[in-house]
Amino acid sequence: MATFHFDLVSPEKLAFTGEVEQVDIPGAEGDVGVMAGHAPVVIALRPGIMTVTNGGKHEKIIVLGGLAEVSDKGLTVLADVATSIAELDREAFAKDIAEMEEKLAEKEGSALDRAIERLDHFKVIQQHITSTAMH
Amino acid sequence: MASLKDMRVRIASTKATQKITKAMQMVAASKLRRAQTAAEAARPYAEKMDTVIASIAGATTAGSGPALLVGTGKDQVNLLLVCTGERGLCGAFNSSIVRLARERALALMNQGKTVKFFCVGRKGYEQLRRNFDKQIVGHLELRSVRQLGFVNANDIAKKVLELFNTGEFDVCTLFYSRFKSVIAQIPTAQQIIPLVVEAPKADAGPTPSYDYEPAEDEILDGLLPRNLAVQIFRALLENNASFYGAQMSSMDNATRNAGDMIRKQTLIYNRTRQAMITKELIEIISGAEAI
Repeated sequence: MATFHFDLVSPEKLAFTGEVEQVDIPGAEGDVGVMAGHAPVVIALRPGIMTVTNGGKHEKIIVLGGLAEVSDKGLTVLADVATSIAELDREAFAKDIAEMEEKLAEKEGSALDRAIERLDHFKVIQQHITSTAMH
Repeated sequence: MASLKDMRVRIASTKATQKITKAMQMVAASKLRRAQTAAEAARPYAEKMDTVIASIAGATTAGSGPALLVGTGKDQVNLLLVCTGERGLCGAFNSSIVRLARERALALMNQGKTVKFFCVGRKGYEQLRRNFDKQIVGHLELRSVRQLGFVNANDIAKKVLELFNTGEFDVCTLFYSRFKSVIAQIPTAQQIIPLVVEAPKADAGPTPSYDYEPAEDEILDGLLPRNLAVQIFRALLENNASFYGAQMSSMDNATRNAGDMIRKQTLIYNRTRQAMITKELIEIISGAEAI
Protein backbone atom coordinates (compact mmCIF):
# COMPACT_ATOMS: atom_id res chain seq x y z
CA MET A 1 0.00 0.00 0.00
CA ALA A 2 1.14 3.50 -0.73
CA THR A 3 2.65 5.35 2.20
CA PHE A 4 3.07 9.03 2.98
CA HIS A 5 5.10 11.09 5.39
CA PHE A 6 3.58 11.78 8.78
CA ASP A 7 4.89 14.13 11.52
CA LEU A 8 3.31 14.32 14.93
CA VAL A 9 4.63 17.28 16.91
CA SER A 10 3.66 18.55 20.33
CA PRO A 11 5.07 21.78 21.79
CA GLU A 12 7.58 19.85 23.84
CA LYS A 13 8.86 17.37 21.29
CA LEU A 14 8.64 15.72 17.90
CA ALA A 15 6.56 12.72 18.94
CA PHE A 16 6.55 10.77 15.70
CA THR A 17 8.01 11.05 12.25
CA GLY A 18 8.04 8.51 9.45
CA GLU A 19 6.17 6.84 6.62
CA VAL A 20 2.68 5.48 7.32
CA GLU A 21 -0.23 4.07 5.35
CA GLN A 22 -3.20 5.70 7.01
CA VAL A 23 -3.99 8.08 9.84
CA ASP A 24 -7.45 8.56 11.28
CA ILE A 25 -7.76 12.01 12.77
CA PRO A 26 -10.43 13.12 15.25
CA GLY A 27 -11.49 16.35 13.50
CA ALA A 28 -13.59 19.02 15.18
CA GLU A 29 -16.37 18.34 12.65
CA GLY A 30 -15.96 14.57 12.46
CA ASP A 31 -13.30 11.94 11.96
CA VAL A 32 -11.08 12.18 8.91
CA GLY A 33 -9.08 9.35 7.41
CA VAL A 34 -5.95 10.49 5.62
CA MET A 35 -4.20 8.26 3.09
CA ALA A 36 -1.49 8.91 0.55
CA GLY A 37 -2.45 11.51 -2.05
CA HIS A 38 -5.04 13.28 0.09
CA ALA A 39 -6.02 16.78 -1.07
CA PRO A 40 -4.42 19.67 0.88
CA VAL A 41 -6.54 20.48 3.91
CA VAL A 42 -6.23 22.09 7.33
CA ILE A 43 -8.32 20.45 10.04
CA ALA A 44 -8.90 21.55 13.63
CA LEU A 45 -8.77 18.63 16.06
CA ARG A 46 -11.02 17.77 18.95
CA PRO A 47 -9.72 15.84 21.95
CA GLY A 48 -9.85 12.24 20.82
CA ILE A 49 -7.97 9.18 19.71
CA MET A 50 -5.86 9.17 16.58
CA THR A 51 -5.17 5.85 14.87
CA VAL A 52 -1.97 5.40 12.91
CA THR A 53 -1.95 2.40 10.58
CA ASN A 54 1.27 1.02 9.21
CA GLY A 55 2.01 -2.48 7.95
CA GLY A 56 -1.30 -3.79 9.28
CA LYS A 57 -0.52 -2.54 12.79
CA HIS A 58 -2.68 0.07 14.46
CA GLU A 59 -1.22 2.46 16.95
CA LYS A 60 -3.56 4.58 19.00
CA ILE A 61 -2.47 8.00 20.18
CA ILE A 62 -4.48 10.33 22.36
CA VAL A 63 -4.45 13.95 21.22
CA LEU A 64 -6.05 16.73 23.24
CA GLY A 65 -6.89 19.19 20.51
CA GLY A 66 -4.65 20.85 17.95
CA LEU A 67 -4.37 21.14 14.23
CA ALA A 68 -3.68 18.85 11.29
CA GLU A 69 -2.27 19.96 7.97
CA VAL A 70 -2.22 17.84 4.84
CA SER A 71 -0.04 19.11 2.02
CA ASP A 72 1.80 17.49 -0.86
CA LYS A 73 4.68 16.87 1.55
CA GLY A 74 2.50 14.73 3.79
CA LEU A 75 0.56 15.07 7.01
CA THR A 76 1.60 17.21 9.95
CA VAL A 77 -0.33 17.08 13.20
CA LEU A 78 0.28 19.87 15.69
CA ALA A 79 -1.13 18.34 18.84
CA ASP A 80 -1.59 20.24 22.08
CA VAL A 81 -0.81 17.06 23.97
CA ALA A 82 0.06 13.72 22.37
CA THR A 83 0.42 10.51 24.39
CA SER A 84 0.19 6.96 23.20
CA ILE A 85 -2.44 4.90 25.01
CA ALA A 86 0.18 2.69 26.60
CA GLU A 87 1.90 5.68 28.19
CA LEU A 88 -1.20 7.47 29.40
CA ASP A 89 -1.42 8.08 33.11
CA ARG A 90 -4.98 6.88 33.67
CA GLU A 91 -5.30 8.23 37.20
CA ALA A 92 -4.17 11.70 36.17
CA PHE A 93 -6.59 11.60 33.26
CA ALA A 94 -9.49 10.63 35.52
CA LYS A 95 -8.46 13.45 37.86
CA ASP A 96 -8.51 15.96 34.99
CA ILE A 97 -12.05 14.91 34.17
CA ALA A 98 -13.16 15.25 37.79
CA GLU A 99 -11.60 18.73 37.91
CA MET A 100 -13.37 19.78 34.73
CA GLU A 101 -16.67 18.58 36.14
CA GLU A 102 -16.15 20.66 39.26
CA LYS A 103 -15.34 23.75 37.26
CA LEU A 104 -18.49 23.45 35.14
CA ALA A 105 -20.51 25.13 37.88
CA GLU A 106 -18.43 28.32 37.59
CA LYS A 107 -19.02 28.77 33.89
CA GLU A 108 -21.98 30.14 31.99
CA GLY A 109 -23.15 30.96 28.50
CA SER A 110 -21.02 29.89 25.56
CA ALA A 111 -18.05 29.13 27.84
CA LEU A 112 -20.25 26.54 29.56
CA ASP A 113 -21.20 25.00 26.22
CA ARG A 114 -17.57 24.73 25.21
CA ALA A 115 -16.58 23.25 28.55
CA ILE A 116 -19.35 20.64 28.32
CA GLU A 117 -18.30 19.76 24.78
CA ARG A 118 -14.69 19.33 25.83
CA LEU A 119 -15.70 17.27 28.84
CA ASP A 120 -17.74 14.99 26.60
CA HIS A 121 -14.73 14.41 24.35
CA PHE A 122 -12.62 13.56 27.36
CA LYS A 123 -15.24 11.12 28.63
CA VAL A 124 -15.39 9.39 25.27
CA ILE A 125 -11.64 8.92 25.39
CA GLN A 126 -11.85 7.56 28.91
CA GLN A 127 -14.59 5.15 28.01
CA HIS A 128 -12.52 3.94 25.11
CA ILE A 129 -9.47 3.36 27.26
CA THR A 130 -11.30 1.51 29.99
CA SER A 131 -13.22 -0.69 27.58
CA THR A 132 -10.10 -1.73 25.67
CA ALA A 133 -8.30 -2.38 28.93
CA MET A 134 -10.84 -5.03 29.85
CA HIS A 135 -10.23 -7.17 26.80
CA MET B 1 52.52 44.37 55.66
CA ALA B 2 50.27 41.40 56.04
CA SER B 3 51.77 38.58 58.06
CA LEU B 4 52.51 35.23 56.47
CA LYS B 5 49.55 33.68 58.24
CA ASP B 6 47.16 36.29 56.81
CA MET B 7 48.45 35.54 53.34
CA ARG B 8 47.98 31.81 53.77
CA VAL B 9 44.41 32.39 54.89
CA ARG B 10 43.75 34.59 51.87
CA ILE B 11 45.15 32.03 49.43
CA ALA B 12 43.05 29.30 51.01
CA SER B 13 39.89 31.40 50.68
CA THR B 14 40.59 32.19 47.03
CA LYS B 15 41.06 28.48 46.40
CA ALA B 16 37.72 27.76 48.06
CA THR B 17 36.03 30.35 45.84
CA GLN B 18 37.65 28.81 42.79
CA LYS B 19 36.25 25.42 43.75
CA ILE B 20 32.76 26.88 44.01
CA THR B 21 32.90 28.65 40.65
CA LYS B 22 34.33 25.53 39.04
CA ALA B 23 31.48 23.45 40.41
CA MET B 24 28.92 26.02 39.24
CA GLN B 25 30.45 25.97 35.78
CA MET B 26 30.13 22.22 35.54
CA VAL B 27 26.55 22.24 36.82
CA ALA B 28 25.67 24.94 34.27
CA ALA B 29 27.32 22.91 31.51
CA SER B 30 25.22 19.84 32.23
CA LYS B 31 22.02 21.88 32.59
CA LEU B 32 22.86 23.70 29.37
CA ARG B 33 22.91 20.43 27.50
CA ARG B 34 19.43 19.58 28.77
CA ALA B 35 18.10 23.07 28.05
CA GLN B 36 19.54 22.93 24.56
CA THR B 37 17.87 19.61 23.79
CA ALA B 38 14.57 20.98 25.08
CA ALA B 39 14.92 24.08 22.91
CA GLU B 40 15.69 21.97 19.87
CA ALA B 41 12.80 19.58 20.57
CA ALA B 42 10.36 22.49 20.61
CA ARG B 43 11.57 23.92 17.34
CA PRO B 44 9.62 21.72 14.85
CA TYR B 45 6.29 22.61 16.44
CA ALA B 46 6.97 26.34 16.42
CA GLU B 47 8.21 26.22 12.84
CA LYS B 48 5.20 24.25 11.62
CA MET B 49 2.94 26.64 13.50
CA ASP B 50 4.58 29.57 11.68
CA THR B 51 4.06 27.99 8.26
CA VAL B 52 0.44 27.08 8.93
CA ILE B 53 -0.40 30.53 10.27
CA ALA B 54 1.41 32.21 7.40
CA SER B 55 -0.51 30.15 4.84
CA ILE B 56 -3.89 30.73 6.51
CA ALA B 57 -3.22 34.42 7.07
CA GLY B 58 -2.20 34.72 3.44
CA ALA B 59 -5.46 33.12 2.36
CA THR B 60 -7.69 35.46 4.38
CA THR B 61 -8.41 38.86 2.95
CA ALA B 62 -6.01 41.61 3.93
CA GLY B 63 -7.13 44.05 6.62
CA SER B 64 -9.77 41.79 8.11
CA GLY B 65 -9.44 39.07 10.68
CA PRO B 66 -9.15 38.69 14.44
CA ALA B 67 -7.55 41.50 16.45
CA LEU B 68 -4.62 39.28 17.41
CA LEU B 69 -3.59 39.19 13.76
CA VAL B 70 -4.39 42.67 12.50
CA GLY B 71 -4.17 44.61 15.77
CA THR B 72 -6.58 47.07 17.29
CA GLY B 73 -5.84 49.69 14.67
CA LYS B 74 -3.83 51.75 17.15
CA ASP B 75 -0.33 51.55 18.52
CA GLN B 76 -0.71 53.91 21.46
CA VAL B 77 -0.23 51.54 24.36
CA ASN B 78 2.73 49.16 24.21
CA LEU B 79 3.17 46.16 26.43
CA LEU B 80 6.72 44.93 26.83
CA LEU B 81 6.87 41.32 27.90
CA VAL B 82 10.33 40.96 29.38
CA CYS B 83 11.60 37.44 30.01
CA THR B 84 14.70 37.14 32.16
CA GLY B 85 16.29 34.59 34.46
CA GLU B 86 15.52 33.88 38.08
CA ARG B 87 19.07 34.01 39.29
CA GLY B 88 22.19 36.05 38.85
CA LEU B 89 25.83 34.94 38.54
CA CYS B 90 25.47 34.70 34.80
CA GLY B 91 27.41 37.65 33.47
CA ALA B 92 25.46 40.25 31.54
CA PHE B 93 22.60 37.89 30.64
CA ASN B 94 19.80 39.57 32.60
CA SER B 95 21.02 43.12 32.30
CA SER B 96 21.44 42.95 28.53
CA ILE B 97 17.81 41.89 28.07
CA VAL B 98 16.68 44.59 30.47
CA ARG B 99 18.84 47.17 28.72
CA LEU B 100 17.25 46.37 25.36
CA ALA B 101 13.77 46.63 26.87
CA ARG B 102 14.62 49.87 28.65
CA GLU B 103 15.99 51.48 25.49
CA ARG B 104 12.88 50.47 23.59
CA ALA B 105 10.66 51.81 26.37
CA LEU B 106 12.43 55.18 26.46
CA ALA B 107 12.29 55.48 22.67
CA LEU B 108 8.55 54.75 22.71
CA MET B 109 7.92 57.20 25.54
CA ASN B 110 9.78 59.91 23.63
CA GLN B 111 7.31 59.37 20.83
CA GLY B 112 4.52 60.04 23.31
CA LYS B 113 3.38 56.44 23.59
CA THR B 114 2.33 54.70 26.77
CA VAL B 115 4.52 51.82 27.88
CA LYS B 116 3.56 49.00 30.18
CA PHE B 117 5.66 46.11 31.40
CA PHE B 118 4.98 42.49 32.14
CA CYS B 119 7.96 40.77 33.73
CA VAL B 120 8.68 37.08 33.65
CA GLY B 121 11.54 36.19 35.94
CA ARG B 122 12.69 37.79 39.16
CA LYS B 123 15.84 39.49 37.95
CA GLY B 124 14.20 41.54 35.23
CA TYR B 125 11.45 42.60 37.61
CA GLU B 126 13.96 43.80 40.17
CA GLN B 127 15.91 45.82 37.63
CA LEU B 128 12.90 47.37 35.90
CA ARG B 129 11.23 48.20 39.19
CA ARG B 130 13.87 50.85 39.86
CA ASN B 131 12.87 52.98 36.86
CA PHE B 132 9.39 51.92 35.87
CA ASP B 133 7.72 50.74 39.05
CA LYS B 134 4.30 52.27 38.22
CA GLN B 135 4.24 50.90 34.68
CA ILE B 136 4.66 47.24 35.62
CA VAL B 137 1.24 45.68 35.19
CA GLY B 138 2.23 42.23 36.30
CA HIS B 139 5.07 39.91 37.00
CA LEU B 140 5.54 36.21 37.27
CA GLU B 141 8.31 34.12 38.74
CA LEU B 142 9.28 30.72 37.48
CA ARG B 143 11.44 29.99 40.47
CA SER B 144 9.58 26.94 41.68
CA VAL B 145 9.44 25.44 38.18
CA ARG B 146 11.88 22.59 37.86
CA GLN B 147 11.31 21.69 34.24
CA LEU B 148 9.87 24.30 31.92
CA GLY B 149 6.69 22.92 30.42
CA PHE B 150 4.23 24.22 27.90
CA VAL B 151 1.79 24.91 30.75
CA ASN B 152 4.08 27.65 32.10
CA ALA B 153 4.05 29.42 28.76
CA ASN B 154 0.31 28.91 28.51
CA ASP B 155 -0.22 30.60 31.87
CA ILE B 156 1.72 33.64 30.72
CA ALA B 157 -0.13 33.71 27.41
CA LYS B 158 -3.47 33.59 29.23
CA LYS B 159 -2.54 36.58 31.37
CA VAL B 160 -1.38 38.55 28.34
CA LEU B 161 -4.56 37.68 26.43
CA GLU B 162 -6.67 38.77 29.35
CA LEU B 163 -4.95 42.15 29.33
CA PHE B 164 -5.37 42.39 25.57
CA ASN B 165 -9.06 41.52 25.66
CA THR B 166 -9.76 44.15 28.31
CA GLY B 167 -8.09 46.71 26.05
CA GLU B 168 -5.08 47.30 28.28
CA PHE B 169 -2.65 47.53 25.35
CA ASP B 170 -2.46 47.58 21.55
CA VAL B 171 0.97 46.21 20.74
CA CYS B 172 2.90 43.52 22.58
CA THR B 173 6.61 42.93 22.18
CA LEU B 174 8.45 39.98 23.64
CA PHE B 175 12.00 40.41 24.97
CA TYR B 176 14.25 37.43 25.47
CA SER B 177 17.73 36.20 24.75
CA ARG B 178 18.20 34.09 21.67
CA PHE B 179 20.64 31.22 22.11
CA LYS B 180 23.15 31.36 19.31
CA SER B 181 26.02 29.50 20.93
CA VAL B 182 27.51 29.00 24.37
CA ILE B 183 29.43 32.24 24.09
CA ALA B 184 26.89 34.25 22.13
CA GLN B 185 23.41 35.04 23.42
CA ILE B 186 21.60 37.73 21.54
CA PRO B 187 18.98 39.82 23.34
CA THR B 188 16.03 39.92 20.96
CA ALA B 189 12.79 41.86 20.64
CA GLN B 190 9.92 40.17 18.85
CA GLN B 191 6.49 41.63 18.23
CA ILE B 192 3.80 39.06 19.02
CA ILE B 193 0.59 41.13 19.03
CA PRO B 194 -0.41 41.96 16.36
CA LEU B 195 1.35 39.04 14.81
CA VAL B 196 4.00 39.75 12.23
CA VAL B 197 3.49 37.23 9.46
CA GLU B 198 6.45 36.73 7.23
CA ALA B 199 5.62 36.99 3.58
CA PRO B 200 6.11 33.66 1.84
CA LYS B 201 9.40 33.44 0.02
CA ALA B 202 9.26 34.08 -3.69
CA ASP B 203 11.24 30.97 -4.54
CA ALA B 204 9.18 28.70 -2.30
CA GLY B 205 7.01 27.68 -5.21
CA PRO B 206 3.24 27.88 -5.41
CA THR B 207 1.54 27.41 -2.06
CA PRO B 208 -1.06 24.66 -2.15
CA SER B 209 -4.62 25.90 -1.87
CA TYR B 210 -5.97 24.35 1.28
CA ASP B 211 -9.44 23.31 2.22
CA TYR B 212 -10.36 24.32 5.72
CA GLU B 213 -12.43 22.38 8.19
CA PRO B 214 -14.01 24.25 9.96
CA ALA B 215 -13.75 27.60 8.14
CA GLU B 216 -10.54 29.65 8.10
CA ASP B 217 -11.56 32.27 10.64
CA GLU B 218 -12.70 29.63 13.11
CA ILE B 219 -9.36 27.85 12.85
CA LEU B 220 -7.54 31.14 13.06
CA ASP B 221 -9.50 32.09 16.19
CA GLY B 222 -8.27 28.99 17.95
CA LEU B 223 -4.82 29.09 16.46
CA LEU B 224 -3.76 32.64 17.28
CA PRO B 225 -3.95 32.43 21.08
CA ARG B 226 -2.19 29.11 20.82
CA ASN B 227 0.54 30.60 18.67
CA LEU B 228 1.07 33.26 21.33
CA ALA B 229 1.71 30.54 23.91
CA VAL B 230 4.02 28.75 21.48
CA GLN B 231 6.07 31.89 20.85
CA ILE B 232 6.34 32.53 24.58
CA PHE B 233 7.28 28.91 25.18
CA ARG B 234 9.99 29.13 22.55
CA ALA B 235 11.27 32.36 24.13
CA LEU B 236 11.36 30.73 27.57
CA LEU B 237 13.29 27.73 26.30
CA GLU B 238 15.77 29.86 24.36
CA ASN B 239 16.15 32.05 27.43
CA ASN B 240 16.79 29.04 29.60
CA ALA B 241 19.51 27.74 27.30
CA SER B 242 21.02 31.22 27.04
CA PHE B 243 21.00 31.58 30.80
CA TYR B 244 23.01 28.42 31.34
CA GLY B 245 25.33 29.33 28.47
CA ALA B 246 25.96 32.75 30.00
CA GLN B 247 26.39 31.26 33.44
CA MET B 248 28.81 28.67 32.15
CA SER B 249 31.06 31.17 30.39
CA SER B 250 30.96 33.67 33.25
CA MET B 251 31.79 30.97 35.80
CA ASP B 252 34.58 29.77 33.53
CA ASN B 253 35.95 33.32 33.57
CA ALA B 254 35.61 33.51 37.33
CA THR B 255 37.51 30.24 37.74
CA ARG B 256 40.31 31.50 35.53
CA ASN B 257 40.49 34.83 37.37
CA ALA B 258 40.65 33.00 40.69
CA GLY B 259 43.53 30.92 39.29
CA ASP B 260 45.41 34.09 38.31
CA MET B 261 44.81 35.55 41.72
CA ILE B 262 46.07 32.43 43.47
CA ARG B 263 49.24 32.48 41.39
CA LYS B 264 49.91 36.14 42.22
CA GLN B 265 49.21 35.68 45.90
CA THR B 266 51.44 32.61 46.10
CA LEU B 267 54.27 34.54 44.46
CA ILE B 268 53.99 37.39 46.96
CA TYR B 269 53.73 34.87 49.78
CA ASN B 270 56.92 33.08 48.71
CA ARG B 271 58.81 36.34 48.25
CA THR B 272 57.82 37.58 51.68
CA ARG B 273 58.77 34.24 53.22
CA GLN B 274 62.21 34.31 51.59
CA ALA B 275 62.75 37.94 52.58
CA MET B 276 62.03 37.04 56.19
CA ILE B 277 64.48 34.12 56.13
CA THR B 278 67.17 36.33 54.63
CA LYS B 279 66.50 38.96 57.25
CA GLU B 280 66.80 36.44 60.06
CA LEU B 281 70.06 35.06 58.62
CA ILE B 282 71.54 38.55 58.42
CA GLU B 283 70.56 39.16 62.02
CA ILE B 284 72.22 35.92 63.16
CA ILE B 285 75.42 36.54 61.15
CA SER B 286 75.78 40.14 62.23
CA GLY B 287 75.11 39.02 65.81
CA ALA B 288 77.87 36.40 65.56
CA GLU B 289 80.29 38.93 64.06
CA ALA B 290 79.70 41.36 66.89
CA ILE B 291 81.01 38.84 69.41
